[in-house]
Amino acid sequence: MDGLADEAARRLRSNPAAVAAVAVLCAIVVLTWLGPWISPNNSQTLDWLHIAARPGMQSSHWFGTDRLGRDLFMRTLAGTRVSIAIGLAASVISLLVGVSYGAIAGYIGGRTDHLMMRLIEILSGLPLIFFVIFLTVIFGRSEYLLFFAIGAVGWLTMARIVRGQTLSVRQREFIEAAIASGAGTGRIILRHVVPNVIGPVIVYATLTVPQIILFESFLSFLGLGIQEPGASLGTLIAEGAGEMEAAPWMLLVPGSFLAVLLLCLNIFGDGLRDALDVKDA
Amino acid sequence: MVPTLSVDRLRVSFSHRRGSIEAVDRVSLQIAPAECLGLVGESGSGKTQIFMAAMGLLPGNAQVSGSVRFEGNELLAVGAPTLNRVRGSRLTMIFQDPMTSLTPHLTVGTQLSEVMVAHLGIPWKDARSLAGRMLERVHVPEPKRRLNQYPHELSGGMRQRVMIAMSLLCEPSLVIADEPTTALDVTIQAQIIELLRAVRGEFGMALVLISHDLAVVAGLADRILVMYAGSVVENAIAEELFRHPRHPYTAELLRCTPSVTGPRLDRLPTLAGQPPRPGEILEACPFAPRCSRAADRCRVERPQLEGSSTSQVACHFPLIS
Repeated sequence: MDGLADEAARRLRSNPAAVAAVAVLCAIVVLTWLGPWISPNNSQTLDWLHIAARPGMQSSHWFGTDRLGRDLFMRTLAGTRVSIAIGLAASVISLLVGVSYGAIAGYIGGRTDHLMMRLIEILSGLPLIFFVIFLTVIFGRSEYLLFFAIGAVGWLTMARIVRGQTLSVRQREFIEAAIASGAGTGRIILRHVVPNVIGPVIVYATLTVPQIILFESFLSFLGLGIQEPGASLGTLIAEGAGEMEAAPWMLLVPGSFLAVLLLCLNIFGDGLRDALDVKDA
Repeated sequence: MVPTLSVDRLRVSFSHRRGSIEAVDRVSLQIAPAECLGLVGESGSGKTQIFMAAMGLLPGNAQVSGSVRFEGNELLAVGAPTLNRVRGSRLTMIFQDPMTSLTPHLTVGTQLSEVMVAHLGIPWKDARSLAGRMLERVHVPEPKRRLNQYPHELSGGMRQRVMIAMSLLCEPSLVIADEPTTALDVTIQAQIIELLRAVRGEFGMALVLISHDLAVVAGLADRILVMYAGSVVENAIAEELFRHPRHPYTAELLRCTPSVTGPRLDRLPTLAGQPPRPGEILEACPFAPRCSRAADRCRVERPQLEGSSTSQVACHFPLIS
């Protein structure tokens, strides 16, 4: 694998757009952690002297404040951090569940595969918003619930992709050779099937992160996601949208963070796909 | 003495949208310990399917009946966990295409070691050094370096040596080589056959050599089975078979083998006609339509394999030896 991984890394490095996207992503992540050391403000304190202040360098509120006088720079960084965390956590959940589910269904095949895929179809038929509202009504609002709800639905497509790949890997002769060597089903799936489907899986997982961030923002925008005084990019955008005419920066600052973040993740995902897909190279 | 492998009236058929196709039709054969059996037949004659059944590698639409006993234990319908104790350790297989039969993302050393870790329960470190030693025994140059290489870094001949090494790791009592040289070029073929011969002497296991090429089998096999349309038509000691073939099909096959010393021919001799289509149910001798000796009896009655254990033929009018 490292021969292949080295090759992919080399191809990724020779793609300027992907390199730039990675650089910007790293900068954003570093910024969200360094924020408290750069700015004298924090994301929760109300500054009564500067309510709905314009962005500028005169005060310490470089990106302005919201209508409660909270520093928008710090709130945006905190929101970005939450959005990235949700995106990653839900992607990891969908990766783990989706890969195991898809590989088992695809490898075992037959009736098992049939039943497992029908279950996926039923789950993907559930209206997601309804599902999330339903969960919040039962369990109350919490960030973990949000991770779970998004992850629970995010793995469906992943499982489909992995199953498709597994079906083709299963036909390869080295699988037959592994069976003939006395390897059990579990060992074959873990050692011989999963590593061979990992390319498309990594690419899809990378492209899942922005989807989930977007979806979380959407839920937060509707008021179903992160609750005050916490912030995610979605809640900030929702707040900003309310003040759009009087204080456009409240919308523009978190909005552009979200746009840049999604753009970079998507460019990186595309670059990764090109790097791993040997056929197109 | 218990035969290493004993196949009794094995029948393999594949169900299909329109009925079923018989691939192996009541084949019985025995392999004695340390014996080398050559199995010859054209594509679709069922020679591979016999051993696919023994290894539990048949696809889901296959129906099997009869019995396959390995060292006295039944292998058919015992389930994967039982089979996994035998296959890969006592009963191993060398596949036709070494280019695709090694897992691409694991190093040669890891793949070899894993077999021993799984079957013998020895630690990875010991397994790895044993793997290195095994590569040396199958004449892979620089075995230490090969352990850390991936299959795509090795040539075809080298990969087939790795496959052979893998089949020998747990001191098997039977190795099945399914067309081990078909995917290689002629010079490498000769080397691999030579290696199989050497390895047989060294390890003393029984060997089944499956091939569509009589020449490949000629130098190595003690005994040769000739298959045609899913059944065995002749079973003879190798030298006898070459000197005095008794079944007309065997005789025709030998006639078609070009000779280096013989006269130069403008056209290579061929065997006219086609084998019966798989799935045709035959009351007659399956070879009758292509046989110059066929008589009325051949077209109504299927001949059975008859004779002593070292010389059997399925023909109503065998060639006199």
